[in-house]
Amino acid sequence: MRILWQIAGLAMGMGLSVAVADEIWVSNEKDDTISVIDIETLEVVRTIEVGERPRGITFAIDHSVLYLCASDSDTVQVIDPETGKVLHELPSGEDPEQFVLHPDNRHLYIANEDDAITTVVDTETRKVIAQIDVGIEPEGMAVSPDGDIAITTSETTNMAHWIDTKTQELFANTIVDQRPRHAEFTHDGTELWVSSEIGGTITVFDRASQEEKAKINFEIQGIHPDRVQPVGFEMTKDGKHVFVALGPSNHVAVVDPKTYEVTDYILVGRRVWHMSFNGDESLLFTTNGVSGDVTVIDVEKLEPIKSIKVGRFPWGAAYRPTN
Amino acid sequence: MIARLIANYLVLVWLYCGAAYGEVAVAIGYLEQIEPQPPVLSNLDPIPENEGLAGAELGLKDNATTGRFLKQTYSLETRIVDEGGDFESAARELLSLTPFIIVKAPQEKLLALADLPEAEGAILFNASAPDVDLRGNACRRNILHTLPSRAMLTDALAQFGVRKKWTDWVVISGPNPKDKAYADALQKSAQKFGVRIREVKEWDVDADMRRNAFQELPLFTQDFPEHDLLIVADETDDFGRYVPFSTWEPRPVAGTEGLVATAWDRTVEQWGAAQLQNRFEEEADRPMRPVDYASWVAMRALGEAVTRTNQAEPGVIREYLLSDKFELAGFKGRPLTFRTWNGQMRQPIPLVHPRAVATQAPLEGFLHQRTELDTLGIDEAESACTAFGE
Repeated sequence: MRILWQIAGLAMGMGLSVAVADEIWVSNEKDDTISVIDIETLEVVRTIEVGERPRGITFAIDHSVLYLCASDSDTVQVIDPETGKVLHELPSGEDPEQFVLHPDNRHLYIANEDDAITTVVDTETRKVIAQIDVGIEPEGMAVSPDGDIAITTSETTNMAHWIDTKTQELFANTIVDQRPRHAEFTHDGTELWVSSEIGGTITVFDRASQEEKAKINFEIQGIHPDRVQPVGFEMTKDGKHVFVALGPSNHVAVVDPKTYEVTDYILVGRRVWHMSFNGDESLLFTTNGVSGDVTVIDVEKLEPIKSIKVGRFPWGAAYRPTN
Repeated sequence: MIARLIANYLVLVWLYCGAAYGEVAVAIGYLEQIEPQPPVLSNLDPIPENEGLAGAELGLKDNATTGRFLKQTYSLETRIVDEGGDFESAARELLSLTPFIIVKAPQEKLLALADLPEAEGAILFNASAPDVDLRGNACRRNILHTLPSRAMLTDALAQFGVRKKWTDWVVISGPNPKDKAYADALQKSAQKFGVRIREVKEWDVDADMRRNAFQELPLFTQDFPEHDLLIVADETDDFGRYVPFSTWEPRPVAGTEGLVATAWDRTVEQWGAAQLQNRFEEEADRPMRPVDYASWVAMRALGEAVTRTNQAEPGVIREYLLSDKFELAGFKGRPLTFRTWNGQMRQPIPLVHPRAVATQAPLEGFLHQRTELDTLGIDEAESACTAFGE
């Protein structure tokens, strides 16, 4: 291994190009594996065995380690991205589904789906520092860019719970439509967006007042509104687009975050769930649970360009730069 | 234009926030009439005593968790009437405590309850009676049905048959009136979807099938005409379990046995259902059954209406439940709503066998101008229910 790196180093020193492309890591919920996609070739180059029912997946801010919710193993696994080996496990509370890493690169906020709890874990001491009672079936997790607020959404209680990260206590609970799945703050931190799968909407909250500011509806010709179910979504840093996975409608919506209007729908694989951009946000990778593949979308053209077969029920995706 | 829209929206938001959440306490009744169980051939799978109540209790917990964040509290008042007990007194007693009652009782008891003067303006959730009549001629303004009707179940089965092109059926119907009602529903569904029922035979074999199924059933099924599916109508779970693998012809079995159309089953795990199954098992120590599900749904529908309206006044709740604002996430992949013409909850119907969900109705290709869910059960145009009209 080391020899290989030395050769690579030598090659770089000689001004030759090195074929180490950036990667997208995909958690396969029903295969207990991660598929690693090479962004240059758009092919799966590695399959890594992990704990049971892997779902939430995110890299440390410096990309030194990968955090993975192994839901049925009741743990968060910390994985070395170079070797794919599990370095150690973090206490996570029962059935961790989704989590978010605080901008301090140290604290993980974890939704414990079966327990109606949000667990806060210190990744350095590997200890649980707080457990917060939230609504039933917590899932969506977000943290504000300044790190002051963490959010948990609860699927059956239908709320966004606002957590003060200094006290680790709830300071607001706001109702959203049926079965909230995912939450994100805008990059400037002024808004919180929450998707509701069964309600079929995204609710936009003003961060300062926690008041509802807008509601986004989706409509695809030929598909009954019941089947248009917003789940995961991602916002571009340039503030131009929000991409919203619409579950069993097999489409991703493109939303203008300034007008809250839907500008386009892109056909992808079956039961599209979550997604991740590459580094310069020119490509978007969506996980399609039922068809077991990942659709690659050209962000500039807003067109699907390829689908890549991965494991069974791909759930989450995370970007890893390698250069 | 956009500016004005936003301005309007802001006014709405302001009005909404004006209605701040005050404290609301909601009592919910659970009323059960214990029915005599007819003797059945097998001792396997006894019906759990707390079927229904366990679902209501879980729903109560779910509501309470949401209520905690909104200063809304929920309590459950339970009355269980023994065989031959005084159902009416128990009903009156509950109605003096709350206008919201989840009911597990046969049709005639449910109607007696609904027709009490004290029940006017109440909301009674039918969680156990599948009778089609209750959604038709005998419907009542104060009854909402969270359990699917027999018609919804047999329509699901007919859609399955058509989709598979297994459209020639024969039926074995049991002697219980419930079996006959199921067989009747099968006939209507067959007509509706273009399935041919080539023969209906009544179950009349008096033997103990645990010993004789393998000898008796080939004889019993030998003279059936050519068929794709053999349908069993045995709601009381008497002889049906002995039919599969003992028939003369090698044909799949469906109906109340084999492939079963049902409101809920332990094999339902998609759409996040695994979470509900886990929560239920943890509470009740057994799998969730259809009547448990219907009771849970009733409790959650009420909780949802209280959450959104911040009121516990039955008139307000009823209006909300029947409005297009109401929708409930019921772990079946689509929002659940109520039909405004007879109070039946719209819902997908899983088609299950003992080991997995085969598929879920409405099946692809069965279209409806309102929602495909209305391809299951009594549609507005054919409804004989007038109590909901205004």
